[in-house]
Amino acid sequence: MKDLPRKAINMSKNFQHLVSTAVPIAIENIDTDQIIPARFLKATTRDGFGENLFRDWRFESNNEPKKDFVLNNPIYKGEILVGGKNFGCGSSREHAAWAIGDYGFKVVISSFFADIFKNNALNNFILPIQVTDEFLDKIFSAIEKDPATQLEVDLEKQSLKITASGEEAHFDINPYKKACLINGYDDIDYLLSLRKEIETYEAGREFNF
Amino acid sequence: MGKTLFDKIWDSHVVVSQAGFPDAVYINTHFIHEVTSPQAFDGLRKRGIPVFRTAKTRATADHNVPTIDQHLPIKEALSRKQVEMLTTNTSEFGVELYGLGHPYQGIVHVIGPELGITLPGMTIVCGDSHTSTHGAFGAIAFGIGTSEVEQVLATQCILQYRPKRMKIEVNGKLKKGVVSKDIILYIISKISASGATGYFVEYAGEAIRSLSMEARMTICNMSIEMGARGGLIAPDATTFEYIKGREFAPKGADWDKALAYWETLYTDTDANFDVVLTFDAADIEPMITYGTNPGMGIGVTQHIPSLDSLDEKEKPSFKKSLEYMGLEAGSELLGKKVDYVFIGSCTNSRIEDLRMVADFVKGKKKADDVVVWIVPGSKQVEAQAKKEGIDKIFEEAGFNLRQPGCSACLGMNEDKVPAGMYCISTSNRNFEGRQGPNARTFLASPLSAAAAAITGKVTDVRELV
Repeated sequence: MKDLPRKAINMSKNFQHLVSTAVPIAIENIDTDQIIPARFLKATTRDGFGENLFRDWRFESNNEPKKDFVLNNPIYKGEILVGGKNFGCGSSREHAAWAIGDYGFKVVISSFFADIFKNNALNNFILPIQVTDEFLDKIFSAIEKDPATQLEVDLEKQSLKITASGEEAHFDINPYKKACLINGYDDIDYLLSLRKEIETYEAGREFNF
Repeated sequence: MGKTLFDKIWDSHVVVSQAGFPDAVYINTHFIHEVTSPQAFDGLRKRGIPVFRTAKTRATADHNVPTIDQHLPIKEALSRKQVEMLTTNTSEFGVELYGLGHPYQGIVHVIGPELGITLPGMTIVCGDSHTSTHGAFGAIAFGIGTSEVEQVLATQCILQYRPKRMKIEVNGKLKKGVVSKDIILYIISKISASGATGYFVEYAGEAIRSLSMEARMTICNMSIEMGARGGLIAPDATTFEYIKGREFAPKGADWDKALAYWETLYTDTDANFDVVLTFDAADIEPMITYGTNPGMGIGVTQHIPSLDSLDEKEKPSFKKSLEYMGLEAGSELLGKKVDYVFIGSCTNSRIEDLRMVADFVKGKKKADDVVVWIVPGSKQVEAQAKKEGIDKIFEEAGFNLRQPGCSACLGMNEDKVPAGMYCISTSNRNFEGRQGPNARTFLASPLSAAAAAITGKVTDVRELV
C-alpha cells in the first residue's frame, strides 16, 4: 500500500474539530445555480465568490439585501450551513464550493448531497455532513427555537452533536477523504505520486484512445 | 457472475485500486472549456507541471460566447477575458483549441460526438455536468469540478469511488409527437431530481434501442438532472454507423480492431444491477416542467400537483417554486402564454433537433409576440442546417437562427430571458434564474417548443402533427 504523500499543498486548511452556530436554509434541492448564479462564473481565480453566495436569494435586482433571507438576518451566523435534502444538485461548478468556503462556511449539513458538489466541497476542505432526515429536522427545529444553538463537529470521531440537547449523530466519510481533510492532503499530490503506475498502464493499453 | 457494461469499462481503466482509497481511473478524453478551466491551469503553473497528455485534451469556447456577430470581439469584458484566457492557456500548455471562428467550435458535448472523438468504451470527463451526454456511445462520461480538471490535466487520471449501478428500461414504442426529451423528462418526473444520486445509469429497452444516436444523447445528457453520476447506452449498429467516417474516428484496420472490441461492450445477461426501474413508452405523453427543478414535470395535458398531494416536508420548497414561476398549485399549463422560445443547448441543438423543428414549422409562422431563438450546437450543425435550407425555413417562420454556443441555457452571454417572462426551452434546467434573473423556464422537447412558438402558448403538439 502506497503511503499518502507527506507534501501538503493546503496544510493550513486542515480540519478536525469545529464548534459553531449554524445558518439554516430549510429548502430542498438547493442547486448550484442558486449558490452561485452563472453570471458570476466569469472570474478566473478562486477568490471572492463569497460576495455573491446565494446572490439572487440574498439581494434584490437593485442590490438591496432581501430582509427575509437568512444570510441577511444577523441572528443567524456561524461556520456551518444547514440545507434541505439534495443540496448542491445541478451544475458541476466548483465555484459553488468556493463561494461557500469564501463566505466562511467550513461545514455543510444536509440529509442528502449531490455527488459532484460533495466531491467539490471535499476538494476545498469543506466538510459535507450527511445526516438522516430526522436528525436534520432536529437541527432545523433546534435552530428555529434558539438561533444560538451550537453544533459540534468531530471529524476524527465522525460525530455531529447538538450541544444543548446532547443529541448526537454519526456521519460517514470515506477514509481517504477523511485523511485528506485532517492532514491537508490533496488528490493531485497522491495522483502525481502514481506517475510510474500511470505510465505502465498506458504502455499496456491495447487502444490509443 | 457477468459484468455490467459500466463495470467492463471501469475495470479496464483502473490504474491503481487500493483498499480505503478511491480508484485512480484513467481518462481517455478530457474536454475543457473557458469557464471551469482557468483555475485548473493556474494550479498547474503553481505546481510547475505541464499538461500530462495534451493529445487527450481538447478545448472549445462555448459557455460565454455571443450567438450573433461571432466574427467581432466579444463585447462583454469578463466574457472576453475568460475566452481569451482559454486561448492563452491552451497555447501555453499545448492543448488543441477549437475556439471562436474555428469550423469545429461549438458546445463541448455536441462537438465531441460529431467529430468522432467520443467513442464506445472510453472514459470521458469535462468540467461540466452534462458530460453525461457522451454516455450515449457506451462510454463512461461524467462531469467534474475544477480541482478534478486540474487532476486530469496533471495526470490523465481521476480519483473516484465506483458508483452503484442502476438500469432504467423503457419498453414498448413511443406515441406520435413524443420524442426522446419526453422520455427523460418523464423518467426524472417519476424518480425526482435526486432519484439516481450515487448511481451510474444504463438505459435499455426497446424504446431506447430504437432511438437515433442524437436522440440517445438527449437522454444521457439529462442523467445528471436526476442526480446520476452519468448514464450510458450499450453501443450497437446505430452507434457504429454514426461514428464511421467521422473526422477523428478510427479508420481502416484500426476501425476493424476497434469495432471488434466495441461489440463486446454490453451488459452480460447474468450481471447484477443495484436497482432496476422499468417504464412503458406508451405511458409517456409530451412533457413539460412547471417548477424549478427538472423533476417537477408533468404530461402537457396534466395539472400541476395540488398541495394536498404533497408531503408536509415538501410543501415549503414546492410553494417557493410555484411562487417563483407565478403558477397555482392544481392548475393546468396548457394554454399558458409563453414569451420566449429557446431551441438549443447540449440537450437539443444537434442537426436532428433542427430538422425536427424545421419539418414541423415549414409553412407556418410564429406567433406575433413570441421571441424565438434557435441556437445550433456547433459550427458544423450551423453549416449543415444552411446546406439543407433549414435556415430559410426558420427565417420564413420568423425564427432567428443564431450562432453556436450554450446561450440561453444558462445566460452567461447576452442571451437572457427578461425577468418575469416565460420561456419554453429545450435546455436541461429550469432552476430559478437559470435563463436570466427571475426568468421562468418550462422545459420541453424541440417539438413542443416549436408548437409553442407557432401558437404563442403551451400546446399539446400531438394536435398539430
